[in-house]
Amino acid sequence: MVALTVNGKTHQVDVDPDTPLLYVLRGELELNAAKYGCGLGQCGACTVLVDGEPVFSCVTPVLVLEGRKVTTVEGLGTLEAPGPLQQAFIEEQAAQCGYCIAGMMMRAQALLQRNAAATDEEIKAHMEPNLCRCGTHMRIMAAIKRAGKLMQTASAASTGRTG
Amino acid sequence: MRMVRYLASAVGVVMIVMLAGIAYAWRSQISPVDVPPASSFDAATIARGASLAAVGNCSVCHTKAGGEVFAGGLALPTPFGTIYATNITPDPETGIGRWSEQAFARAMREGVDREGRHLYPAFPYDHFTKVTDEDNRALYAYMMTRKPVRSETPPNELPFPINVRMVLAGWKLLFFKPGVYQPDSTKSAEWNRGAYLAEGLGHCGACHTPRNLMGAEKTDQLYAGGEAEGWNAYALNAASPAPVPWTVDSLTRYLSNGYEEQHGVARGPMAPVTANMGSAAPGDAKAIATYIASVMGEPSVERKARGEGVSKSPAAQSPGVLVQAAGSQSLPVTVDPKDPGAAIYAAACSSCHDAGRPVPYGGLPLRLSSATHGPTPMNPINVILYGLPAPEGERGPIMPGFAGTLTDRQVADLLAYMRKTFSDQPAWKDIEPLVADIRAGAKDTELHSLGSDGNAPANPTKRETSW
Repeated sequence: MVALTVNGKTHQVDVDPDTPLLYVLRGELELNAAKYGCGLGQCGACTVLVDGEPVFSCVTPVLVLEGRKVTTVEGLGTLEAPGPLQQAFIEEQAAQCGYCIAGMMMRAQALLQRNAAATDEEIKAHMEPNLCRCGTHMRIMAAIKRAGKLMQTASAASTGRTG
Repeated sequence: MRMVRYLASAVGVVMIVMLAGIAYAWRSQISPVDVPPASSFDAATIARGASLAAVGNCSVCHTKAGGEVFAGGLALPTPFGTIYATNITPDPETGIGRWSEQAFARAMREGVDREGRHLYPAFPYDHFTKVTDEDNRALYAYMMTRKPVRSETPPNELPFPINVRMVLAGWKLLFFKPGVYQPDSTKSAEWNRGAYLAEGLGHCGACHTPRNLMGAEKTDQLYAGGEAEGWNAYALNAASPAPVPWTVDSLTRYLSNGYEEQHGVARGPMAPVTANMGSAAPGDAKAIATYIASVMGEPSVERKARGEGVSKSPAAQSPGVLVQAAGSQSLPVTVDPKDPGAAIYAAACSSCHDAGRPVPYGGLPLRLSSATHGPTPMNPINVILYGLPAPEGERGPIMPGFAGTLTDRQVADLLAYMRKTFSDQPAWKDIEPLVADIRAGAKDTELHSLGSDGNAPANPTKRETSW
């Protein structure tokens, strides 16, 4: 049994300690946002956050996650109340086949929660490990920029300031 | 009165010694010249200079991350302070545009700049002194025909008295033997070419030979292994940790392609070295390999037998034995429930390292790896934390980093498992504090990427992001 905290909820899962996190998320917890792409930690489709850092869940054994916080796209918002990244990706229609998008959003989330005003260069350098084979990069860039603006507006609003 | 006379003569002696020191250390200025036009150099000489500059790996130190090639500005951390690599583009104000060939050759041979100031041995003139006049001419032609870039080199950050350049004359007196390479007539032409390049421009010993407290290479421990930019530069003598002994052929492949089937992929500061070697003149990689293989010497019967043992691939990895599917080609890992390192290895590492796919795109089986057999766990810690970053805009070997996934303790558990399982070497001690140090930046670890294309010039840009 491994205790796994995902999107704020702790689950007791009955798996071998060397099971990759991705298999647990999809197979046990039915959180299907993260995708199996290459299984080698090279494409980024399986990216989730562990304590705020982007990791490839396909090569992350669950045993190392005891006491740590995992976040997936399901933790960013809901259909009714999408989070800033989800909203921005919808508004920019930043998906073609969509297979890479959950991973893209999670890696972008790691950057934006540190620096919502990241420049194009910073976004490009940060997003480099994640691949998109449809060529949707320009829209993904636009969506990340938009999400950053949404986050800045939200934090300005929540601290009672304007603009 | 006697006291005063005594004092006066003591002061006099000190002054004479100081004046003699200054006279000894003094080097004259070489007059500035007008920037020579590119047309004053012939194409063949420039091309030869390009190849030599690749062997010399000049671009890697003289380019900062994201900066223009050869425009300098890279901070070189040394045990004594930070030294900034200079701008060696032909810019007349901030580069070497006003240097004559004579001034350039003097810098290489004697470690003195055009103005007559002693250079810090971070510029490896203890090796470059061996370069012939003819090759210095070609290097000068190449450098003077690069794009001039205006870029001021930041001042060095060194404490007194090391910040006084005259002091370097003393260092040179102790540790520097100027003089061009002298061929060994008992050896072949290829060996001599390799020795000339490796000892001279290639400055292999700058990383692979340990240094003394004064920062000079220990001449009695040539190629016994050193440290560079937070990486262990393995021994190139009989103490080489490679499980399969290196040969002239395997060293040649490694130097020209950046990877070798039974030794793996160049990473850390060696990645740009091999990328540069890929664009050097044909034959130079083999010449260097010939020399280095002779430094390593003929492996013992035991070492050879051990090499043959580890280089056999397990039967499960023969083609057609297993149905091809995701993960099916990996060897099953026996997981001891009491050993967290084994479970981490099974989930995080084996899908590449036990899949039987050849390097550079498949992971090297760790029983072949110098990293698991090396004297310290520094290199595998760097690779586990930061991965092998992908080269920009071209295909190349990559490995994801696990800095965000694994704690210091977990990296240590994983390394202990690897050492025990894949090598016949004694366990490493104190792995966990070293992981913490490296993660905290205490070792100034530099990341580099490597393209797979052997003949592509190095992307000299150091990376600021891991993978």
